[in-house]
Amino acid sequence: MPALLGRKLGMTQVFDRAGNIVPVTVVEAGPCVVVGLRTPEREGYAAVQLGLEPVPESRVPKPYRGVFQKRGLQPVRVVREVRLAPGETYEVGQALKADVFRGGDRVDVTGVSKGKGFAGTIKRHNFGGQRDSHGVSLMHRAVGSIGSSNVGRVFKGKRMPGRLGGERTTIRGLRVESVDPERNVLLIRGAVPGPRGSVVLVRHVEGGARA
Amino acid sequence: MEDKLLTLERQHMKPNVPPFGPGDTVRVHMRVAEGGRDRLQAFEGVVVARKGGGLRETFTVRRISHGVGVERTFPLHSPRVERIEILRKGRVRRAKLYYLREKIGKETRIREKR
Repeated sequence: MPALLGRKLGMTQVFDRAGNIVPVTVVEAGPCVVVGLRTPEREGYAAVQLGLEPVPESRVPKPYRGVFQKRGLQPVRVVREVRLAPGETYEVGQALKADVFRGGDRVDVTGVSKGKGFAGTIKRHNFGGQRDSHGVSLMHRAVGSIGSSNVGRVFKGKRMPGRLGGERTTIRGLRVESVDPERNVLLIRGAVPGPRGSVVLVRHVEGGARA
Repeated sequence: MEDKLLTLERQHMKPNVPPFGPGDTVRVHMRVAEGGRDRLQAFEGVVVARKGGGLRETFTVRRISHGVGVERTFPLHSPRVERIEILRKGRVRRAKLYYLREKIGKETRIREKR
């Protein structure tokens, strides 16, 4: 199950063979380095640690530096762990680039969504709001009732206004439209969480076009 | 970061788009799929707007067809837009000619450049 760490460059559109417009998100795919392995023998599960963007040793805290020195690698800015499918093998120090994916692959993309601040229930929970007319006064986007007086309390988990966005979000089953190995860039159909320049994790989905 | 996007877009952009702008009269040759094969269809009219940038740029052409105003918007870099012929350069003083929608007959005339 190939996976990559990358940065979202932004959205644009391309034309498919028939001349239709396809909306795509451009993700710069690393290059990523395998900075560590998790093995069933030692940790009880199989996974790889992927690193993104090398940083000079002098810019990194000493304990962090040691981790990389031990493995003979340059420290990286971002480290993420990805579970491995049985039978998959990686080596520490191995570099991964955009070409681990091919056009037509299905992927899950994980990132931190754009922070929207304190949002009301219409934006946050897709509430319908109230009427614009027919006597509605100062309540057009308000929550409305939050329970009954018979129960006498508000149920736990009641959807109400609050902080929205800025949390880890995964969009599943997106299609890799094309891969540009030269620029080390993926074109993924549709939108991907987070602002431009944010770190995203792209993982291949089993049962996609490629088995 | 933005320029990386732009260089990527440039790859897909048409290298030689003829210079035209609002007020110009153009004939757009459009590839239309019809019964399993492509043929070219022309649309002729006045360019009323160019919008967007890079690969996403579009232009809108307005004409009067059978007494009704028709506006068509084309993606400038679409492979379906085969060719753009410039028939007449127009002299106009604004970038978007939406005012033409309210004008009829004589009032829709546009002065030719030079």
